[in-house]
Amino acid sequence: MKFEAVIGLEVHVQLDTKSKMFTRVPCGFGKPPNSLTDAVVLGLPGALPVMNREAIDKSIKVGLLLGCKIAPVCKWDRKNYFYPDMPKNYQITQFDQPICEGGEVEIELPGDSPAVMGEHRMVKLTRIHLEEDVGKLTHYENDSLVDYNRAGSPLLEIVSEPDMYSPEETFSFLTSLRNSLIYAGISSCDMEKGQLRCDANISVRPVGTKTLGTKVELKNLNTISGVKNGVEYEIKRQIKAIEEKEEIVQETRRWNPDQRYTTPMRSKEMAHDYRYFPDPDLMPVKIDQAWIDGIAKQVPEKPFDKQRRYMSELNLPYSITAALCPDFSLCQYFELVASLTKDPKKVGNWVVNDLLRELSNANSETNPIPVEESPVTPQHLAELVDLIDQGVISNNVAKELFPEMFSSGKSASELVQEKGLEVKSDQGEIESICARAIENDPDAAQKFRDGKEGAINALKGFVMKETRGQANPKVVDTMLRNLLSN
Amino acid sequence: MSNATIISKTAVELSHSLSEKELSSQEVAQAYLEQIDRVDPQVHAFLHRDDDDFLAQANASDKRRAEGNTLGPLDGIPVAIKDVISVQGQPLTAASKILENYISPYDATVIRKLKDAGAVIGGRLNLDEFAMGSSTENSAYGPTRNPWDFNRVPGGSSGGSSAAVAAREAPLTLGSDTGGSIRQPASLCGVVGVKPTYGMVSRYGLAAFASSLDQIGPFSQTVEDAALLLETISGHDPLDSTSFPTEVPQYSAALRDPLTPCTLGLPKEFFGEGIDDEVRKAIDQTIEFYRSLGHKIVEISLPTTDLAVPVYYVIATAEASSNLARYDGIRYTSRSEQSENAINVYAKSRGEGFGEEVKRRCILGAYGLSSGYYDAYYLKAQKTRTLIREDFSRVFKEVDVILTPTAPTPAFKFGEKSNDPISMYLSDIFTISTNLAGLPALSVPCGFTNSGLPIGMQLIGQAFEESSLLSIAHAYDREHRFGCQSPNI
Repeated sequence: MKFEAVIGLEVHVQLDTKSKMFTRVPCGFGKPPNSLTDAVVLGLPGALPVMNREAIDKSIKVGLLLGCKIAPVCKWDRKNYFYPDMPKNYQITQFDQPICEGGEVEIELPGDSPAVMGEHRMVKLTRIHLEEDVGKLTHYENDSLVDYNRAGSPLLEIVSEPDMYSPEETFSFLTSLRNSLIYAGISSCDMEKGQLRCDANISVRPVGTKTLGTKVELKNLNTISGVKNGVEYEIKRQIKAIEEKEEIVQETRRWNPDQRYTTPMRSKEMAHDYRYFPDPDLMPVKIDQAWIDGIAKQVPEKPFDKQRRYMSELNLPYSITAALCPDFSLCQYFELVASLTKDPKKVGNWVVNDLLRELSNANSETNPIPVEESPVTPQHLAELVDLIDQGVISNNVAKELFPEMFSSGKSASELVQEKGLEVKSDQGEIESICARAIENDPDAAQKFRDGKEGAINALKGFVMKETRGQANPKVVDTMLRNLLSN
Repeated sequence: MSNATIISKTAVELSHSLSEKELSSQEVAQAYLEQIDRVDPQVHAFLHRDDDDFLAQANASDKRRAEGNTLGPLDGIPVAIKDVISVQGQPLTAASKILENYISPYDATVIRKLKDAGAVIGGRLNLDEFAMGSSTENSAYGPTRNPWDFNRVPGGSSGGSSAAVAAREAPLTLGSDTGGSIRQPASLCGVVGVKPTYGMVSRYGLAAFASSLDQIGPFSQTVEDAALLLETISGHDPLDSTSFPTEVPQYSAALRDPLTPCTLGLPKEFFGEGIDDEVRKAIDQTIEFYRSLGHKIVEISLPTTDLAVPVYYVIATAEASSNLARYDGIRYTSRSEQSENAINVYAKSRGEGFGEEVKRRCILGAYGLSSGYYDAYYLKAQKTRTLIREDFSRVFKEVDVILTPTAPTPAFKFGEKSNDPISMYLSDIFTISTNLAGLPALSVPCGFTNSGLPIGMQLIGQAFEESSLLSIAHAYDREHRFGCQSPNI
């Protein structure tokens, strides 16, 4: 029997807001433990939550970006359970009226080769709701320590429908979702900092059947590849279990990324009764059309829409757009350079090949330099492209120049002047070098005269070598042909 | 001026004496400290005092006055605080063992407002643990006694706040009212107590019992004093989402305006069986008084009255079960020494730290919110709450205020109801529905029984109409001033 997997994801995204969800304390990462706290975060007697409007703005923005229906009222509920990562022992969340419902995430599956666009498809979303994050526990042999710096940060939970059918789709989903959220300035989505976290609900069923199998919730998927690997393992485990006539139990399992297998955490019988009820400390907030319209103006073009536009309007090849479009900042850089020059396609090549290479070579520790901090400014790159276009320098010279521009921060024209690298178009000087080239390689000259067009390249190479690439290739070509026809 | 004279004064009179320089705030503070020393061993209204801090504040007030920088009529006047409202640097126990060692690191909004007005913030007043009770017998630190009869309860939960004013241990105190916890003890101790409209006074810094019902309010000898304290603590607070963005009228000034004839409603459901004869008689006399002033008295009906107690005990306990979850033995609350793992820390710390009534209500509340019971209890109670609200809205189309007894009986004896929760819950039968409807209400002393126990009447007003409510109460109070009579202790 053949099986197919059905997968739904629950993605937690920490919003990039100045202050926490229900108090004025700033959000932050890497600060001394328990320094980002106050009476509200610590749940002291008498402390009360007050909603952060910026978090609502950002949630509406996500909803609009993903085509969700925005709730007319933002309502808050308490989810009650005892755990030391939450000082109040209840979490303020949205239970029955999420701020966004429906919506979808466009995904691209891998194409036949990196140069070929893969199939696109929409993955449906169930809902998106806002809640407060919890603190971080660190367990030691006899003690556990808790840091409430993260507690109370605004956290968006994005829940997909069981609408993915392979580990690759979950990978594409998360990549696409992450790109969109970074585009919209919602979150930095740094998984290492816990800004993006994901749980997966996985079931398998015989191909051709409609009913869903028993689902298993998979936790501790800490990276996007972790999600793919964990899901892949869990699908195999479930199929094997069914084939061996074992029953799949509804449970929560933990992915162990180092040993690469899943282990049970808790079963359905141990599920909590969260005793949800509307939080009486927070008034429901009306979200009117004017509010939504105001946010709609700030919603950016989606990554895949941008990619399609680059391909159709700017004639960029798929491979270039695939490298550009996942990175919003890189696209901004590209668009600025393109707007300053005539040929977006050439600019695309420079950005994707040369700029990206230099950025990642010049890494500090492990991270590439962000494009915003590139020593080659968009203006510098535009000037370089123009210099080639105007024939001031050859493409080869430019390619050699670029790393120097990057390391020195100087503009192309500065370096050209310093080094005297302008293209030599002086007819007399080039003519004498061309003559020497023919003298030096009579074989090649003869072959060309005999009709072997390609033989001229050897002669051109000599000229370029002699002029350190500064001779204008067009002038060289004309000159050689003239001399050889005599 | 003798200490006895000082402590017999109302806040308005004290304020006058201070501004006339007949008295210093230091002398006022000293007089109250001596009275507390003298009577509190028996009354036990105070759980904690910080005399140095108290006198330092009084001193600062005198200094301001000497420099001509007085902050207003409350500058230099002592205000003692129910031990459930945060004052920076002071303990907050909520009369519970579980908060035995907690010191609040911040001021509640009402405290900040009082400090801004120059008030001298006094000691911490006893209550039923976490404001759950009607007799102050549920305090983990021992009950408060009624200054009019030490064998009787002062009411609750703000029993310390009402007893302190009655025993002249403070001219003004703050309490909190979730189902009658200001008005019922005010009635039983013969002082004025006001529960403001829900949203009128910030709850920020009030250790929550039931968030949708709790309001902080004043205790005093007179309605005039209550108006002064209420206008100081009222107003919108950006730190409390349930605080209502409205201007605060100058209640004290409004009291001086002539009262136009109005209509007082007597809900027939509040005048049925179970009311003590002497209470009934006193209320009849207040009705006659209002009639004699030319006000119209009409009988009205609030058919949902008998639903209020059951609805209240579902909603209030549900909210409490969640609000009190933070007292868990992990950080600032006492941890059981018996606990050896995480679950045990919770179970044992809470088991040892909470009293019986608190446990009863947390269990009751959690049950009503549980999956499978939510619709039948919590949801149904919320729907019924809407009916109770609508009942009042309808009645307020015909009347300006509603007049009822505050409590069915005068102060009862210790132990009389403490083993019978239902009978204890019914002592709040006249006060609970106004919390459910979010309306302002107050209790004004309206006489004494033959044995000398105070009796209170309750006036219920329309939402955010504290001004007319206080004016109507003042019309009675300025003629009778029962709250200015002192017990012989």
